[in-house]
Amino acid sequence: MNKSILNKKLLASLLVAMALTACKSTPMVDKPADVQDKSPSATAPAQPAADANADTSGIKEVTIDSKAGNSPLNDPNNILSKRSIYFDFDKDTVKAEFRPVVEAHAKYLAEHGSAKVILQGNADERGTREYNLSLGQRRAVAVKKSLNLLSAQDKQIETVSFGEEKATPNCADETCHQANRRVDIVYETE
Amino acid sequence: MKTLFRLFQTTLFLAASFASTVANAALDIEISGGGAQQIPIAIVPFDQAAAASQDKIGDIIGADLRRSGLFRVLETGGVASRPTDVAQIKYAEWAALQAQAITVGSITSLPGNRLKVTFKLADVLKQTQLASMEYNIAPNQLRLTAHKIADVIYQKLTGEGPIFASRIAYINKSKGRYSLQVADADGVNPQTVVSSNEPIISPAWSPDGTKIAYVSFEKKKPIIFVQSLTTGQRLTLANFKGNNSAPSWSPDGSKLAIVLTHSDNSQLYAINADGTGLRQLTKSGAIDTEPNWSPDGKWIYFTSDRGGNPQIYKVSSIGGEAQRVTFQGGQNLSPHFSPDGKSLAMIRRDGGKFTVAVQDLSSGQVQVLSEGAQDESPSFAPNGRVILYATRTGGRGALAAVSSDGRVKQRLSESGGDIREPSWGPLLN
Repeated sequence: MNKSILNKKLLASLLVAMALTACKSTPMVDKPADVQDKSPSATAPAQPAADANADTSGIKEVTIDSKAGNSPLNDPNNILSKRSIYFDFDKDTVKAEFRPVVEAHAKYLAEHGSAKVILQGNADERGTREYNLSLGQRRAVAVKKSLNLLSAQDKQIETVSFGEEKATPNCADETCHQANRRVDIVYETE
Repeated sequence: MKTLFRLFQTTLFLAASFASTVANAALDIEISGGGAQQIPIAIVPFDQAAAASQDKIGDIIGADLRRSGLFRVLETGGVASRPTDVAQIKYAEWAALQAQAITVGSITSLPGNRLKVTFKLADVLKQTQLASMEYNIAPNQLRLTAHKIADVIYQKLTGEGPIFASRIAYINKSKGRYSLQVADADGVNPQTVVSSNEPIISPAWSPDGTKIAYVSFEKKKPIIFVQSLTTGQRLTLANFKGNNSAPSWSPDGSKLAIVLTHSDNSQLYAINADGTGLRQLTKSGAIDTEPNWSPDGKWIYFTSDRGGNPQIYKVSSIGGEAQRVTFQGGQNLSPHFSPDGKSLAMIRRDGGKFTVAVQDLSSGQVQVLSEGAQDESPSFAPNGRVILYATRTGGRGALAAVSSDGRVKQRLSESGGDIREPSWGPLLN
């Protein structure tokens, strides 16, 4: 009885392959990134190449962009520095724990009529790519509607979706999936 | 041989519990006895001294037939004779090998750097000729000709339509770059159609096989392009505010169904193939996406979560009220029509697993064809006998194929590559 339902397995190794580079006379090889790390200190990479030959013993000055530091949007102590809203699986409900973040950004947008945001929707990797593109969009739309209700204007808000295309691949657990199911609030000046 | 795409570990699972594999074969070869479900065929190596190519035409034919799961390609090394025409076949030799069919052929030079390929198929038991073909080709058409010959054999002996002389498209992600590639249906001759450092998804063949529509994120948002395979010319088909995605061609190639969001949820639209004549097809407030045009042109099947979770619906191709199509399973997504319009391949989610399923549209009967757990992007071969889809193994994307009756399965992957979003194109002329 068992024999009659045994699957007949046939292993066939198809040999269609050989690297492209092995067959072409002028192989197309991906150019490696032009990485040079001549300095023992990795903290000063921003100097122009011409300066590198001038005086390698001097201490290089690193300039921090103070404009960004002064903005409440980037002050780590300000709730406006929180930019991500996370969602449940296949859901677009903005959960209560993220209401303060949404309210803060709505208030900022209402008070700064020229400020503009792009809401970037994302989904975890489970499910089809096109459906996840739509799901990320629906999440972005849900955040937009929340912002609208709190007086942010339509013209200040654009919604786009990356679907699952920017998701961390091969998530092993729910924490990883959760991190991918989000809308990022990106200010246009950034 | 130029090939980057590697088909390996092709595993054919033939379930012995199914009835004869060749039950409806329009052939003169009878299969009898318990285990003899595959047609034993001897492919005598072609006399191809005239061809400069390293490709052995007999090997290409044999690999095609073997991959279908319907043939057992016999080892011919032990037979002394090497017939190249039917008159030279000593049938007793091949009957001793248990061959039921035999192919012979040769390649000769023609003036003007052309080649003549002749091929004959014979029934070993009846000692009769079943097919005879002659091709006048350019040297670079050798592989295509081999696939066409394999199609002749396959059609004659199984009664099914041709499948091998076709191409597949897919996205290959490698070293942070996304490449839309087209390869022969056996995975050989991969060619990059377009590549980008931002994602490319949803390739869709035009019905005549000359163009591919796809979605590119190169401008930090999804935009639909249509690209000619022969000239490389790119047309921006849809670049409206919000997302532009999920292109599906009408069967006559004059229009595409697409998905736009503007500043709200995904909805279906139709647009002319030149980017004019935009028309909205659905207005639901829910997600409507993944349109697929029916082969008779009358319907567009699509995925919608209007009922609470994603299921498949249909709407007239001129718009109107939508009707639900799928009722079994937790979720059903990515509808894709068989070429005859009688069945629908789809992705089903049940118990957290995404698998390939096929639904008979007249009976409503559903058969799950793959194990999952992250299978996507089903599309039918030109003859409707095989469904190509994306799967994941070892953290990488790979392609897999299953016969539409679930009996034969194969896996196609590429070393070092992450392959997804396959789409099987039409037959080559």
